[in-house]
Amino acid sequence: MILDEVNAVGERLHRFPGGLRLRHHKQVACQQPVERPPLPAVLVVPMRQQAGPEATPVVSVGDPVLKGQLIGGDPSGLGARVHAPSSGRVTAVEQRRIGHPTGQTGTCVVIKTDGLDEWPPTEPVPDWREACAVDLQAQIQAAGVVGLGGAVFPTDRKLDGGRAAGIHTVIINGAECEPWIACDEMLMREHPRRVVTGTLVLMRAAGAEHGVIAIEDQMGAVGAALERAAVELGDDRVRVVRIPTIYPEGGERQLIQTLTGLEVPAGGLPQDLGILCQNVATADAARAAVIDGQPLLERNVTVTGNGVARPRVLRALLGTPVGELVTAAGGYTPGAARLVIGGPMMGYALHDDSEPVVKATNCVLVLDQAEIRPTQPEMPCIRCGECARVCPARLMPQDLQFFIRSGQLDSATDIGLEACIECGCCDAVCPSHIPLAEWFRHGKAESRHQARERAFADRARERHQAREARLEQAKAEKAARMARRKLKLVSDDERKRQVARAIERAKAAREKQAGAPPSTPRDGEPDE
Amino acid sequence: MTRAFSSGPAPHMPAPPTVAGVMTQVLIALVPGIIASAWFFGPGVLVQIVLASGFALAFEALFLRCRGRALQPFISDGSAVVTAVLFALCVPPLAPWWVAAIGMAAAIGLAKHLYGGLGQNPFNPAMVGYVVALVCFPAAMTQWLSPREIATAVPDLAAVLQAIFTGTLPGTLSIDAVTRATPLDSLKTGVEAGRFVSEIRQSPVFGDFGGRGWEWIANAYALGGLWLMYRRIISWHVPVAVIGSVLLISLPAWLLDPGANPEPLQHVFSGGLVLGAFFIATDPVSGCASPRGRLIFGAGVGIITLVIRRWGGYPDGVAFGVLLMNMAAPLIDRYTRPRVYGR
Ligand code: SF4
Ligand code: SF4
Repeated sequence: MILDEVNAVGERLHRFPGGLRLRHHKQVACQQPVERPPLPAVLVVPMRQQAGPEATPVVSVGDPVLKGQLIGGDPSGLGARVHAPSSGRVTAVEQRRIGHPTGQTGTCVVIKTDGLDEWPPTEPVPDWREACAVDLQAQIQAAGVVGLGGAVFPTDRKLDGGRAAGIHTVIINGAECEPWIACDEMLMREHPRRVVTGTLVLMRAAGAEHGVIAIEDQMGAVGAALERAAVELGDDRVRVVRIPTIYPEGGERQLIQTLTGLEVPAGGLPQDLGILCQNVATADAARAAVIDGQPLLERNVTVTGNGVARPRVLRALLGTPVGELVTAAGGYTPGAARLVIGGPMMGYALHDDSEPVVKATNCVLVLDQAEIRPTQPEMPCIRCGECARVCPARLMPQDLQFFIRSGQLDSATDIGLEACIECGCCDAVCPSHIPLAEWFRHGKAESRHQARERAFADRARERHQAREARLEQAKAEKAARMARRKLKLVSDDERKRQVARAIERAKAAREKQAGAPPSTPRDGEPDE
Repeated sequence: MTRAFSSGPAPHMPAPPTVAGVMTQVLIALVPGIIASAWFFGPGVLVQIVLASGFALAFEALFLRCRGRALQPFISDGSAVVTAVLFALCVPPLAPWWVAAIGMAAAIGLAKHLYGGLGQNPFNPAMVGYVVALVCFPAAMTQWLSPREIATAVPDLAAVLQAIFTGTLPGTLSIDAVTRATPLDSLKTGVEAGRFVSEIRQSPVFGDFGGRGWEWIANAYALGGLWLMYRRIISWHVPVAVIGSVLLISLPAWLLDPGANPEPLQHVFSGGLVLGAFFIATDPVSGCASPRGRLIFGAGVGIITLVIRRWGGYPDGVAFGVLLMNMAAPLIDRYTRPRVYGR
């Protein structure tokens, strides 16, 4: 199957179920070229900006740091390293709120910048086209590169798993399906060569023969720019594919379905289909790591919405407070009502703008009152089926929410809760205004929690059973020992008797020898 | 300087239509059918709608109060009025006022709030109300008027009000105009008496392809239904399955024995089939959820309707078709769940 698919990726487009055609507002942020905001006086760098464990701070308060210097190590190899986005001095290593709706905190390294933005010498991979995949992966890992599309999975781990499974195609995801977000579009528009080179780097690191850059058909000149770059780079293994703009096209699974017609098996990964999916910005970050020797220190952030005076895309250092980005984009308009990190469909609202840009921050969206749902009563589900019609995972959200509400998590899991990608399509159309995706996030968390509890209980029960079994066995062994000893006692008696008889016989023989020669044959021993 | 912002779950975008909005669209889609009915059967149709709506809202308020629920937003969600209008369009235009009262008590109280209110009812409330009234008061429920085109006089508002509230007919209205059988009645009794369908169809109650007047009313309902489809308030599955199954089954029967079986179009355009297909069987709450489930549900409604029309004790079987399929809906839903992504 895999071989057939090699050529098929992106050759013919397919339609994933459900989805929404949303009004896009990307152009507003695409008017100006990408700029760097002023260097912030203080950078707050969380040690956890990715899936996996938190990085371990390797600097202490008072330490001077250079730009790009490692400040968070990843001893487990399951997370990602963190580097100083600029030069300066560490003023705190402490718990702070890290951009999360629940106000979750995490360890942060706070750096007071010195304005020099001083780099140590960098160490690129010498000849990346000849380098072996493992070296490229190590370099990408050292640079702390994670998926910049939002899922922030460490890139090196994806590469590792992918190579083991056998990857034929690297898909670079340039489909930004959320309305308003335009940071990847700007990256592709301004730096098509970097994106294509990044694709080639990832292909080499994954051991893949084919590369596909998927962009939305609304992105206009971007496609041509990428194609030109590919020609200039003289590598015909990278193709650009334009796909229809349907939310949530940018979801990894939906993208793969669009390009191949195949579904990633439940509980599986794209690598099971021989595919590795990476975001455009990730490809650029991998390129920077390998070719420039630069760790991941900055990213494009879309600062947009009717609540922002001059919407634009900014090249922001990680750790920059969100509020400073908005200032760099002209500040808030009087109507600014909600601050969202991410897009309107899947992003989360922040209470204030003090939290820092992290590796996952693709958009700072400030909406005015007219653009958000007024708080209104939630009505009971009328089973209109709209949610099921738009669900790209072919779920029936009306039933899922019913099961989760009534605590029947097993039933919810049976009908596919885990397949929900939390895209919010169902939410967006529900006439009863039920926060469906919210329920599904809750349901998933709850069911995982229960599974953990159950596993814990199982282990406890197993331990108990093992102990019982051990005691049982000890008892059995003891009994067996007793039995053996008894047997031994018996046989001891027997032996004593035999010995006694032998002695007797010997005595008798000696007596005979002393007297007459023996006349009794050996087998004629008297019975007792 | 930091600034505080409002919080709230994603998606951060303007709200989709509300339940009340959906119900309003359904009501709007019924307007052509209501106008056609009133044209052919007189102002009694409108009086029944007003009466039923009044009772429906009163019972809705009463039962919400009894269940300790807030009146708002439920009283204004529009669902009770939709139930009332559908019920009113199924009862004879001169049915006495207590038919509406009893029907709505059954629909709102029994079928809806007893099961937990909006969204919880396993049975279509309008049809529960209709069937309760039909079973308890068969006489009052089968006294149809002759449509404008064959009646000597269509009753005016005063006559209608007198008939509905006092139970007596003014002298201007002959009793003959009222007890005139509906097209489906005539067909059924005629076929049972051994007459040929072609003979029966000579009766003036029949028009070109359905009952006289009924065919135009059905067209008007279909128009509204198509608009609802266009607005994506209903999916095409149920109407297509209901009407399709009726056509598909009545066609071979008619071809084999045209004397004993009415033409397929006759089935579609007499009685409540079109109203049922677009507005009643499409009730999402009591119906099936998945596309495949809706096809099965609709086909079931069509088949049961035909069976009852042919062999049952009532001239029209749409209400029973819907209620019986309501019973089967959860089971159908269970077996027609779409395949989840990746499974
Ligand atoms: S969209 Fe909302 S009301 Fe409609 S079925 Fe889904 S959950 Fe129920
Ligand atoms: S949030 Fe989940 S259930 Fe809702 S549409 Fe998206 S995948 Fe389907």
